[in-house]
Amino acid sequence: MTTVSRVLIESYQQAPDTIALYLLKSGRADLAITYGDLVRRSLRYTRSLEREGIRPDEVVILILQHGEDLIASFFGSILAGAIPAIMPFLTEKLSPEVYRRSLKALFEVTQPAAVITYADFAAEARQVADAVPSVRSLLITEGVPPPGEPTLTTDLDRLPGLRAHPEEVVLLQHSSGTTGLQKGVALSHRAVFNQLDSYSRAIRLAPGDVIVSWLPLYHDMGLIAGFVLPIMRRVPLVLMSPFDWVRAPHRLMQAISRYRGTLCWLPNFAYNFCAQKIRPRDLEGVDLSSWRAVINCSEPMHWKSHQMFLECFAAYGLRPEALATCYAMAENVFAVTQGGIDQPVRLDPISHESLTSRMIAEPSRELQALPMLSAGRPIQNTRVRVIDARGAGLPERHVGEIAIQSDCLLNGYFQRPDLTEKAFQDGWYLTGDLGYLAEGELYITGRKKDLIIVGGKNIYPQDLERLAEEATGVHPGRVVAFGVFDERIGTEEVVLVAEVEDDRLLVGIRAEQVASEIRERVTRGSEIALRRVQLVKRNWLLKTSSGKIARGANRDKYLREYPVDYRPGE
Amino acid sequence: MDLSDIQTIADFIASHIVKQPKRSIDLDEPLISSGLIDSFSLVDLAIFIEDTFGVRIEDTELNADTFDTLSELADLISYRLL
Repeated sequence: MTTVSRVLIESYQQAPDTIALYLLKSGRADLAITYGDLVRRSLRYTRSLEREGIRPDEVVILILQHGEDLIASFFGSILAGAIPAIMPFLTEKLSPEVYRRSLKALFEVTQPAAVITYADFAAEARQVADAVPSVRSLLITEGVPPPGEPTLTTDLDRLPGLRAHPEEVVLLQHSSGTTGLQKGVALSHRAVFNQLDSYSRAIRLAPGDVIVSWLPLYHDMGLIAGFVLPIMRRVPLVLMSPFDWVRAPHRLMQAISRYRGTLCWLPNFAYNFCAQKIRPRDLEGVDLSSWRAVINCSEPMHWKSHQMFLECFAAYGLRPEALATCYAMAENVFAVTQGGIDQPVRLDPISHESLTSRMIAEPSRELQALPMLSAGRPIQNTRVRVIDARGAGLPERHVGEIAIQSDCLLNGYFQRPDLTEKAFQDGWYLTGDLGYLAEGELYITGRKKDLIIVGGKNIYPQDLERLAEEATGVHPGRVVAFGVFDERIGTEEVVLVAEVEDDRLLVGIRAEQVASEIRERVTRGSEIALRRVQLVKRNWLLKTSSGKIARGANRDKYLREYPVDYRPGE
Repeated sequence: MDLSDIQTIADFIASHIVKQPKRSIDLDEPLISSGLIDSFSLVDLAIFIEDTFGVRIEDTELNADTFDTLSELADLISYRLL
């Protein structure tokens, strides 16, 4: 069993002039980075970390935008034997104060030894780092010396990263918000390579493949499928930033066309986004016939989104058989199942009534049947079970919680044995997702856990609720956030229901003020832009017998009392 | 660009992006840095401006440094219309 450092150094020695990735940036020429460049750039960070006295197995937090510095510091940390964790960079809309709070939450749990960021952000990072004694070093990208040629093999031989054991943790992955940042998924080299082996087989990765990605590297899909996999397997990677993609989605199609891209992973909303927002004149001359798999992953997958995407891009050479699906989670490094590679993604129309009333996915030929998209079959060495509330296995087509076992599961949640213990039952990892198995294929129907997925990003409702509670006139502790799927945008929209302290705040200008303040606090304090706020009178919200706000029950009540029968602005 | 053109943009933002048709937007109210226009809606704004005024805003210009308020956006469009 190998390690990330060993594979990287082998590529450096065997194929220094082979291009590892093309880095695309709007308004700039594409930058080709060879394995030689990649290692030389990374070693700058390795040396700086060593000089700062950062020891193997210590955590290094990367607070950088998508680009060369992030890539180099990520591998540079691994070559130093340290454990990198990528923190999403501050966005324009995010309030600095809330961002600082998130950083603090991350630092307090992971106890990093070093932080790498830009000079511009150093003062901000310093403020947080000073409050966390574990942080001994704040490295500024601009202060890292230029790349030197590691001339002697002995120079490489003494890299601490090369002495790492495959069972050791190689990286941490987090989801967003205060809650997500306190729950770092710790992955070993062994887990990462077991996943790469199984997943490469599942997608028939072969010479000639070219991976194109715009996904952020702080998310499992972007980090593993769209970054670590191609670099470790020497498959050329074309990498653009999420910032550029969201402003110009056509650049993804142009990149596929120009580099003859074959593989790409997208969250469901991106199918709708591309189909709705790319204009024909930005697709002139674009040829998508090289695309052999466009893989829908990281949020519930919808047949209509696939249809919309195909209708829009078939004229440019997109083949229907290229549409693929995947069920993945950071806890399994990445993929659990893969569909649509050897045969088209299976469509399973089921009865809505049977699903909601009996939790059984009964095949249906009604026009109103739910068109379920299969997530495919488990990848090699990953086993999937569907279990009931007591942990007993359920028969085919019965909906229950999805539990997995594999050779690529997490080592644990970093420094959180409490959470790690709760996540497993009898040796099975409990995903918190609901689904059913039919003829060996997995279908995802919903979630047991209170999690909202917006555009492929996991959002914890409690983070949004905490922000909303701070608004004037809102009754503390009487706020609930949940997601409602919006077919038009192909992802969930967040709804926030808040009880006000005084009924007079429910009408007129005062209601507008309260709702506006909630929107602003949540929008500036989280990764989402909150639109839908519903103010309600005291005691509207339902609580569980233990006195906690019941999110699912309140979601049902909201949908009953405020049916979404209009789409403002359409 | 006269006031009615600016009102047209404000109406579009209020109804199609913010989804509160009655919301008024001030000339100097931050749009992007406040998250009022989220990143997923920037393309919609660019398409609307191109269709309405025949002015193309490049994707590299869709950020708060280039324009963050209605008046800055109006200036940008006016300049292009010259």
